[in-house]
Amino acid sequence: MATTNSWLLRPFQERSTQVFLGVLFTAVIVVSLLHLFMPQDSALHVSAYTVTLLGKYLCYALLAVAVDLVWGYLGILSLGHGAFFGLGGYAMGMYLMRQIGDRGTYGDPVLPDFMVFLNWDELPWYWHGFDMAWFAFIMVLLAPGLLALVFGFLAFRSRVTGVYLSIITQALTFALMLAFFRNEMGFGGNNGLTDFRDILGFNLRTDATRLGLFIATGIALAIGYVICRAIVNSKLGRVSIACRDAEARTRFLGYRVERVQLFVFVVSAMLAGVAGALYVPQVGIINPSEFSPLFSIEIVVWVALGGRATLYGAVIGAILVNYAKTVFTGIMPDAWLFALGGLFVLVTVFLPRGIAGLLQKRRKTKTDDDTPAGQEATA
Amino acid sequence: MSIFQELADREHVFEFLTQVQSPVDVRHGPILYLEDVNVSFDGFKAINNLNLTIDDGELRCIIGPNGAGKTTMMDIITGKTRPDTGSVWFGSRHNLLTMNEPDIASLGIGRKFQKPTVFEALTVFENLELAMAADKRVFPTLTAIMKPEYRDRIDEVLEMIGLKELRDRLAGILSHGQKQWLEIGMLLMQKPRLLLVDEPVAGMTEQEMERTAELLTSLAGKQSVVVVEHDMGFVRSIARKVTVLHQGSVLAEGTMDQVSKDPEVIKVYLGEEA
Repeated sequence: MATTNSWLLRPFQERSTQVFLGVLFTAVIVVSLLHLFMPQDSALHVSAYTVTLLGKYLCYALLAVAVDLVWGYLGILSLGHGAFFGLGGYAMGMYLMRQIGDRGTYGDPVLPDFMVFLNWDELPWYWHGFDMAWFAFIMVLLAPGLLALVFGFLAFRSRVTGVYLSIITQALTFALMLAFFRNEMGFGGNNGLTDFRDILGFNLRTDATRLGLFIATGIALAIGYVICRAIVNSKLGRVSIACRDAEARTRFLGYRVERVQLFVFVVSAMLAGVAGALYVPQVGIINPSEFSPLFSIEIVVWVALGGRATLYGAVIGAILVNYAKTVFTGIMPDAWLFALGGLFVLVTVFLPRGIAGLLQKRRKTKTDDDTPAGQEATA
Repeated sequence: MSIFQELADREHVFEFLTQVQSPVDVRHGPILYLEDVNVSFDGFKAINNLNLTIDDGELRCIIGPNGAGKTTMMDIITGKTRPDTGSVWFGSRHNLLTMNEPDIASLGIGRKFQKPTVFEALTVFENLELAMAADKRVFPTLTAIMKPEYRDRIDEVLEMIGLKELRDRLAGILSHGQKQWLEIGMLLMQKPRLLLVDEPVAGMTEQEMERTAELLTSLAGKQSVVVVEHDMGFVRSIARKVTVLHQGSVLAEGTMDQVSKDPEVIKVYLGEEA
């Protein structure tokens, strides 16, 4: 068996990763081809609207993978991942705002419309640099990463775990929501950032750009998935599981549990930030509602439905739930939350390991039949 | 490609960064000295002028009634409790009273607690892998690769603890006794010089006890092993030398036969059971 020594390449030798990447790329290519080459009136034609909708699902899937990494493998139930998603989104939104230039309603070459409206004379210091794509893209990773680093450093050093940690992550995202609602913060208040025109010189309102963003999101999901899988398959991944199940014992073996938690948490926050950054140009707006505690809880529900600690389960969960949401809110908008709640209860009762658990069960039935060897020696 | 790999191999780039532990000096025989150790908790003398010497490679059993100070003694050796007076030396070079818990652990003193804790969601092999003496910082752990010599070391320990057939099974399915062995195996992976084992056979069946006795006797020689145990039958089956603790100091020391004939011992301890 040929094995590579690079921890980052190891997942490619694994069957489940190969299958996942195969399915993902096939889906992205098929959708792209159907969009480009099927005539408009054909039943098989995928409209630009659908392409963008699917792109949005893929962003959510990446976000769910990030949450599964910390919740499934590290045992940290983050109810505040929307904060990192939102920060990544705002970093991208700021770049897109600066790209509007003098094409805004007020025609100011530098200031975004909402600042002109608020009678501001100059750009706040933290808006500088966002006219450059490279700077904005670094901030997409850095802003959520830094927040996670500081927050995680304080929380994990104080050995805050379990439900208490969940509550403070919830408080974190709630605090950010309140802060971003304020006009004085300089992020557009409750309207957020919108009316974007182009990204990297491509017009956001053309079908080609939308398709490009969809494909970029698919690639980002694949990269994020492989990074998470590489971490999970590494010795560090096994240490994470050890931290999840017996924290004190792991410490006793000589591992610095808080550093392991911090590392994985920061990686997860950065992935969530990338998901947010890809989400914003596709939906065309970012506002403080992304920081709402309810959204962060919804992410956890996707992961739980899909199946914890599998990564691909998170992807399945995010896509299925959001597809159901699109359908349901179209038919009966008021019933959606009841449907989501009902689905959550049903899955928790009948499929404790989620949809991924179903897939695994089918695969494992034959190996579970034989009794563990050596057991009889002690019986 | 090979240059890239060499650059990426963070483990071996800087020789001076790899921790060199100053070896334990056992030229004079003993690996552990406790001299005139005293500990009191709120006026209660838990350890009272305790003197104890463990030779390198020895298997020592420590018995004594409840409250004799057995666990407190373990706590002092592992750095959990600081004595009021006295000195504790590991070999003739390391003063354990100046070191903290992780340092003492990395020096080669492994402690097995009474209740077994293993990582149930990981396989037996992976449990041992995590316990293995290695660079345990985040990035070296992330990029760590399973080298053949590590695999051999794990297989060797698997053989010792008798869990070879269960290598790829989840630790969660193991029986109570098997978990105890796995935990002893995890201690062995850290290449300890001295193993402190607290009541290893509590809750074990007869057969499990026998296998534990075999395991511990086979370890002695390579490592020094100190076993604290209540079960007299078990102590009789493994002990070459027994120390009886009573009220925080050594009451008697010798072979099981000598000790069990000692009138003092019979009075305070064995007498109760008989």
